[in-house]
Amino acid sequence: MAQLTLVQAINDALKVEMRRDKSVMVLGEDVGVDGGVFRATEGLLQEFGAGRIVDTPLAESGIVGAAIGLALNGMKPVAEIQFDGFMPPAFDHVVSHIGRVRWRSRGRFNVPMVIRAPYGGGIHAPEHHSESPEAYYAHTPGLKVVMPSGPYDAKGLLISAIRDPDPVIYLEPKKNYRAFREEVPENDYALPFGKANLLKEGSDITVISWGYMARLSLQAAEMLGEQGIGVEVIDLRTLVPLDINAILASVQKTGRCLIAQEAPQTCAFGSELMTLIQEKAFDSLRAPLGRISGFDITIPLYRLEEAYMPDAGRVIRKIKEILQFS
Amino acid sequence: MAKSTPTKAKSTSDESSKGDHSWSIEGPIQILDPAGKVIDKELEPKLPDDELKEIYRWMVTARSFDERALSLQRQGRLGTYAPLSGQEAAQVGSAWALEQQDWMFPSYREHAVQVVRGQRWVDILTYWGGSEEGNRIPKNVNNFTISIPIATQILHAMGAAWAGKLRGEKMAAIAYFGDGGTSEGDFHEGLNFAGVFKVGTVFFCQNNQYAISVPRERQTSSETIAQKAIAYGFDGVQVDGNDFLAVYYITNRALEKARSGGGPTLIEAITYRFSHHTTADDWTRYRSAAEVEEWKQKDPLIRFRKYLENKKLWSDKDEQKLLEEAKAEVAKAVEEYEKLPERDVEEIFKYTFAEMPWNLKEQLEDLRAYLKEKKPEE
Repeated sequence: MAQLTLVQAINDALKVEMRRDKSVMVLGEDVGVDGGVFRATEGLLQEFGAGRIVDTPLAESGIVGAAIGLALNGMKPVAEIQFDGFMPPAFDHVVSHIGRVRWRSRGRFNVPMVIRAPYGGGIHAPEHHSESPEAYYAHTPGLKVVMPSGPYDAKGLLISAIRDPDPVIYLEPKKNYRAFREEVPENDYALPFGKANLLKEGSDITVISWGYMARLSLQAAEMLGEQGIGVEVIDLRTLVPLDINAILASVQKTGRCLIAQEAPQTCAFGSELMTLIQEKAFDSLRAPLGRISGFDITIPLYRLEEAYMPDAGRVIRKIKEILQFS
Repeated sequence: MAKSTPTKAKSTSDESSKGDHSWSIEGPIQILDPAGKVIDKELEPKLPDDELKEIYRWMVTARSFDERALSLQRQGRLGTYAPLSGQEAAQVGSAWALEQQDWMFPSYREHAVQVVRGQRWVDILTYWGGSEEGNRIPKNVNNFTISIPIATQILHAMGAAWAGKLRGEKMAAIAYFGDGGTSEGDFHEGLNFAGVFKVGTVFFCQNNQYAISVPRERQTSSETIAQKAIAYGFDGVQVDGNDFLAVYYITNRALEKARSGGGPTLIEAITYRFSHHTTADDWTRYRSAAEVEEWKQKDPLIRFRKYLENKKLWSDKDEQKLLEEAKAEVAKAVEEYEKLPERDVEEIFKYTFAEMPWNLKEQLEDLRAYLKEKKPEE
């Protein structure tokens, strides 16, 4: 087994799937000769050729719109959008078509495609390079939304995304691209959608998170563990489909829950989680549900970016506040 | 019933566009003049007599369908409907050139194209009558569902043709859109990609002069829409969209070129919609009666009928018989449409994902329970 970073694991997943299935192709900006601005597609052009690793014109609507047609006629496109902040030009195809094609055609057509994009802040990038847009996609019928937190998950979830019969939005935590390594099997393995990962067990409070914030929450939980506080950390892995059973089982055990997310707070995915927990586990709750989020502002440029990004201190502070309730 | 396989008109030269006047963007290609006289014998497709009559039957049936659909909407028996009258030659002419392996990406006005390609008139009514069932396309028919967001289907068509190229298939894809669609970003991105990757797509613009109320001049200051192709590095051509023979000829050529690896073509079919954009607007607010009348003089049905008459293939008696048959065919579709079975509410949930997730199941059950409670009060 190799020790890989998250971005290497994504590269590995693409290679595994492209070797296995000739219909899998990658298209996007700078994905070929340059190997992707984060090197996620490094070496793919050499191995698979320019027919399957395609440097496209600089046009996000074009990339996603083309991918729909490619998928309709037998290809399995993995479209790379270079940054989260450049997804909006493709939004029309995402909300108007990809999640609707199966519905509209009564199952005659589907678009098995993946849209990969790096998401999130914390890397001192310019404006439009640090967004957390998952709520838009989770809100849109017909889309699956996948957000890995680390290398092992990234590979197994991307393999599943490529094999999935439905369109998948796959958001990669760019702050974790090279932050740490994990053991990643060389063979192919698919992690199922809708199955959360229990990162740490604990009995006092549940923290539900995904992507970058999942690993941050784990750090906070470990720090609190040293103070004798048992924090259970659930990494959702996929927002759609959602592992409601894992969430409810944990909250019913601990009676307390914090949602930790990086996106702006209002109408974020966490709001949906809080509603579901309130609807389905009200009797088990021993304290009001809590959340930490980004703020309802545009994520700032890098001099004050740290003030926006939730850190372990904010997670710990909020957990203690919830624990004080009862 | 879908058309039978048409006999192919021969291209006049090899597929190199250099020095070939028929790809010219200057002035539309015309084979029939409005009196139904052949003005370009060299380009006239050599279609068998029976096929010519079959083509006319399709155009007349499309007109008859359109008039009936408009009337059904006015009586409250059909939802919002987008009429096609005036565009029959552009639609049937281009559809006639398509082969079964080709892919067709319609906008929302291509009812005649959809049906020539193997969908049914009852499907069109079913869709505009508010049921997704009208989009149930038979397995062997490579029609995509209609796209309402303007010009988005241009990219889908390009992508499908690109997949065909990557998979080594001898196929083409055709995208239908209007003059308004050429102002959208997706028109640019679709044609740009097609040019760069030399993808076998036919971009078929029905320039019917208006995007709802906004005239063609407000969409672009380019003299023609066809000339935009030059900037993308491939052929663009104007054709008289009310001339079946010209539309068929040029679409056939563009498709042949696409299938044999010659890349994309932009066709601007100059036509006119006689009626409203949809039943939700009123054309008298933005067009003069004189202008509409002028275009009615160029009615594609009259022109083709005169062509048949000039060839001694058609009589008043044939015309009368056909009108009756067309009406009967449409009436049969209407009858079937009005007897559509009731659908279970599960239908609105079940095609969202390949497998229904827990939350949709839960919502469906909740709806069912509510409907069950509600029923006794009705």
